[in-house]
Amino acid sequence: MSYQLNFGALLDYQDVLLDGLWMTVKLTLISTVLGILLGVLGAAARRHRNAALRHLSKAYVELIRNTPFIVQLFFVFFGLPAIGIKMTAIEAGVLALVINLGAYLTEIIRAGIDATPKGQLEAARTLGLSSRQIFIRIVLPPAFQRVYSAVVSQCIIVMLGSAVVSQISVPELTFAANFIQSRNFLSFESYLVAALFYLILAFLMRLAFNLIGARAFSRKEKTL
Amino acid sequence: MSLVSVRDVHKYFGELHVLKGIDLTINAGEVVSIIGRSGSGKSTLLRCMNGLESYEQGAIILDGMEVSTDEFQVRKLSHSVGMVFQSFNLFPHLTVGENIMLAPKLIKRVGKEEAKKLAMEVLEKVGLADKFGQYPEKLSGGQQQRVAIARSLAMKPKVLLCDEITSALDPELVGDVLKVLEQLAAEGMTLILVTHEMNFARDVGDRVVFMHQGKVHETGDAKEVLANPQTPELQQFIGAVL
Amino acid sequence: MSQFTDWDILRNLLLAARWTVLLSLIAFAGGSIVGLLLTFMRISRRRSLIWVTRIYIEIFQGTPLLMQLFIAFFGLGLLGIDVSAWTAAALALTLFSSAFLSDIWRGCVESLPKGQWEASRCLGLNYLQTMRYIILPQALRIAIPPTVGFSVQIVKGTALASIIGFVELTKAGTMLNNATFEPFKVFALVALIYFLLCYPLSRASQYLEERLNVAGKRA
Ligand SMILES: Nc1ncnc2c1ncn2[C@@H]1O[C@H](COP(=O)(O)OP(=O)(O)OP(=O)(O)O)[C@@H](O)[C@H]1O
Ligand SMILES: [Mg+2]
Repeated sequence: MSYQLNFGALLDYQDVLLDGLWMTVKLTLISTVLGILLGVLGAAARRHRNAALRHLSKAYVELIRNTPFIVQLFFVFFGLPAIGIKMTAIEAGVLALVINLGAYLTEIIRAGIDATPKGQLEAARTLGLSSRQIFIRIVLPPAFQRVYSAVVSQCIIVMLGSAVVSQISVPELTFAANFIQSRNFLSFESYLVAALFYLILAFLMRLAFNLIGARAFSRKEKTL
Repeated sequence: MSLVSVRDVHKYFGELHVLKGIDLTINAGEVVSIIGRSGSGKSTLLRCMNGLESYEQGAIILDGMEVSTDEFQVRKLSHSVGMVFQSFNLFPHLTVGENIMLAPKLIKRVGKEEAKKLAMEVLEKVGLADKFGQYPEKLSGGQQQRVAIARSLAMKPKVLLCDEITSALDPELVGDVLKVLEQLAAEGMTLILVTHEMNFARDVGDRVVFMHQGKVHETGDAKEVLANPQTPELQQFIGAVL
Repeated sequence: MSQFTDWDILRNLLLAARWTVLLSLIAFAGGSIVGLLLTFMRISRRRSLIWVTRIYIEIFQGTPLLMQLFIAFFGLGLLGIDVSAWTAAALALTLFSSAFLSDIWRGCVESLPKGQWEASRCLGLNYLQTMRYIILPQALRIAIPPTVGFSVQIVKGTALASIIGFVELTKAGTMLNNATFEPFKVFALVALIYFLLCYPLSRASQYLEERLNVAGKRA
């Protein structure tokens, strides 16, 4: 038996595909930004004076890293409304993605923070900076730079993982592919094209992050 | 009135008794060199003076303030005491200018233009006015250390603590840093330095404090003490380093 | 209201978790075999082999595992092979794991100092002998912690097999949720069981890593 691949038929659904792609991009953008924020907060908590905060952060990281994203997603989307926390599918999707990314980034950024030379902290303390000022101005920027490539990789992993939010009917790229193949039965072609889009997205994301990183971490002389 | 007064200070690292009752009074404008063998407690004493290290017994009064490791107290102290480290400790993600302006802006709420003026002023003092926009990694060790001094000076401290600030430098770069210190001394800055530069201690310093096993073992006028050490320990020490 | 007691829910989940474990083991074993092959290709000196493995790894690391599952499921069907969700899941997870494992292992081999190769050359060992007696024994040691660490990703990855209809822990969870209308409890239990499977592996990986670091410093 031979099968003729038929990609041309997908053109009828290009709007659906592009809408899905756009939704994936939006989901990724917002969860990347919020996830990085959460990761920074998590890392700060992980190294906080307050022991309760430290334990909380550690428990959060372990809980998320040792359970599948899809279960986290279902828990947020199905479980939380059952205790009165209602939200739309998109909100649930974003929330789950942010929580997931935040946990990994907490661990990554913490590692960057731990590599801070002790002398840097002492110099800052001697200059009179408060703990918060030291964390934000002295510790965080170089720490983030140290682990930047790991942060980038994790953000890309979460972008790819966002395919799973199709399972709660968020109309993103995978959902679009599901929809198309349910109409024209060209499953293989639909998913192959969607996969290609993901591949391109991953590539572009790395490119964008590298450009941002090169700018943000440039050590070129500044003029007065 | 004395600027720094250390009274019967004891310091322990766990079981280890590192400072065993230090008494020391330093007046404004004095240049005091702390010398002694490795492990005698020189760094620890210096670090106790600006709240980087706690002490268990005794008291340190600096510029009328009781020194402690309490964050609030350390912030207050930063107006009166600066510190320069062996390893420079410049912030790598900030330019030279940003390194210097950071504390005046954050702690003293100095305005942008004034901070810049201040930074240029202290940079000129250490001979590096042209490095304002440069990042530390582009500077030599000697230049980095001079920037670190400038950074401390920008807070206009009354006393500058220096812990072996030339020890990490290539020999040919040591001179530039010492020249800056000498100039500061001439301007009347109070300096407390842990150092192995005996010539500097003798020629520029007013007083030498020889530490031995956690105690001030011998102290006095720099030229006199170094020329005529009284205790066998100091004689041996001077013999070893010269 | 529902005829399911808490114990029923838990029992059913645990029964389904057996399939999660089995699928994980198969994916790990399959992934290791294919991954080993890829690793050898990757560290060979043949340009073409290196390129093939690089593209392979890029594809599997650059697309969602879910897509890989779908493509395996529907792609094999096109080839006229009648696939069950089980076969498709085992295949996709094997290929997925092999890409990541080979990438990890290549890193381990390449992390060994270049001097090792040169020293072996001087001793008169050829490429294969150097591999067999010098490089691999050392690489193996440093490869164990990250490999154990990746096994956590495999266990979690099997959860996606539920989407193509394979009844493992997650699928059992959604089914029980539909039957009991107690999503909070059901998915919390599902998460708990995954946690109990994954956490020991995570800890083991960390422990091995630390032990390796300590040993490395002493040496
Ligand atoms: N953070 C610490 N924890 C435990 N022990 C310490 C610590 N810092 C210093 N010590 C110990 O305290 C003693 C005094 O150390 P200190 O650094 O003050 O000596 P030093 O005179 O500055 O020596 P060096 O010339 O080597 O710098 C040493 O025995 C040292 O090992
Ligand atoms: Mg010292």
